[in-house]
Amino acid sequence: MMIDHPTLGPRDAAEFVYMGCASLINRPDWQAEDALQQFIDYGYQRDNPSGAHRELWFHEGGDRSWLVVTRDTVTHAITQVELARDVARREGRSK
Amino acid sequence: MHDLVAITPLGAAEPRVDTHGPVTLSEITDTALASVAARLGQEEQARAWLGTTLGVAAPDPARVGGKDLTAFWMGPDQWMVEAPYRTHEMLAPDLARQAGGVASVTEQSDAWCRFDLAGDGLADVFERLCPADVRSFKGGEAVRTSIDHLGCFLICRTPEHFSVYGPRSSAGSLHHALLVVMRSAH
Repeated sequence: MMIDHPTLGPRDAAEFVYMGCASLINRPDWQAEDALQQFIDYGYQRDNPSGAHRELWFHEGGDRSWLVVTRDTVTHAITQVELARDVARREGRSK
Repeated sequence: MHDLVAITPLGAAEPRVDTHGPVTLSEITDTALASVAARLGQEEQARAWLGTTLGVAAPDPARVGGKDLTAFWMGPDQWMVEAPYRTHEMLAPDLARQAGGVASVTEQSDAWCRFDLAGDGLADVFERLCPADVRSFKGGEAVRTSIDHLGCFLICRTPEHFSVYGPRSSAGSLHHALLVVMRSAH
C-alpha cells in the first residue's frame, strides 16, 4: 500500500504508523459542563464503517507529519491525503 | 576549572575513517547544528528570514541548500541549519537573535552524529539501508528516513557524497549498520 504524501509524494505505508479515526483531532473542551461524557465518547466511541473512512496516519519513518487519509476499509483504496494541520486549521482547531 | 576531554560520537579522541572498496565512511565532528521552526502565523516571515540568512531561498520539502550556511528541510516550516563549528560555535544563539521572533531556534549540535560516505556506488549502499529513492538523487536531496530502525536524515550533497545524521546516542549502532552494508554492497 502506498500513501501519496501531500509534500513528499508517494511513500510506502511501512513508513507510517496508524493512529485511528480522524475524529481524534476534535478533542473536547475540558471545561465544558458535560466534559466527562464528551471525553468518554471521544475516548471510546468509534464507528466501524465498511467503506470510506477518514483516519490519522503518522509519518514516523519520514518527516514526522500527521496526515488525514481517506481510505476505503473494504478495498484499501486511498482517495484523499491531507496534512492533519491543514484539516485542523480549516476546522478552526488551530489559531 | 574543569579540564574536560572532548570525544567524538564514537567515543574516540579523533574522528574515525573506514574505507571499504570504493566507499570511504568518515565520522564528521566539525559541524554546528541549529533547528529553525517558524512560529505560528509567522511561516512566511520565517521562510523569508531564513532565505536572507542563507543567501538562497529556504529549502523546499526534502531539499538541502545554502552557501556558507546550509539548511535542510525537516518538516513543514522547519529546517536544520548546518555550519562549520570552528567559525559558528554560537550558531543557535546567533540565529535566535537574528530571527527576531519569527522562528524558534534550538541548539542541536550534540544531539546528532554525522557520517559522510564518499565514493562511487553509494546508491548500492543506501538502497540496502533505507526506503529512500537514492538512485533518483542528483544532489540537493534531504530526506528523513529509517536506517537500521534509527530515524536519520539522509542528505545527498552529490551522488558521490552523502551525509547521514543519526541520533548521537546510537552512533555506534549506526556506524555498524553503515559499515556492514558497505561490505555487503561492495
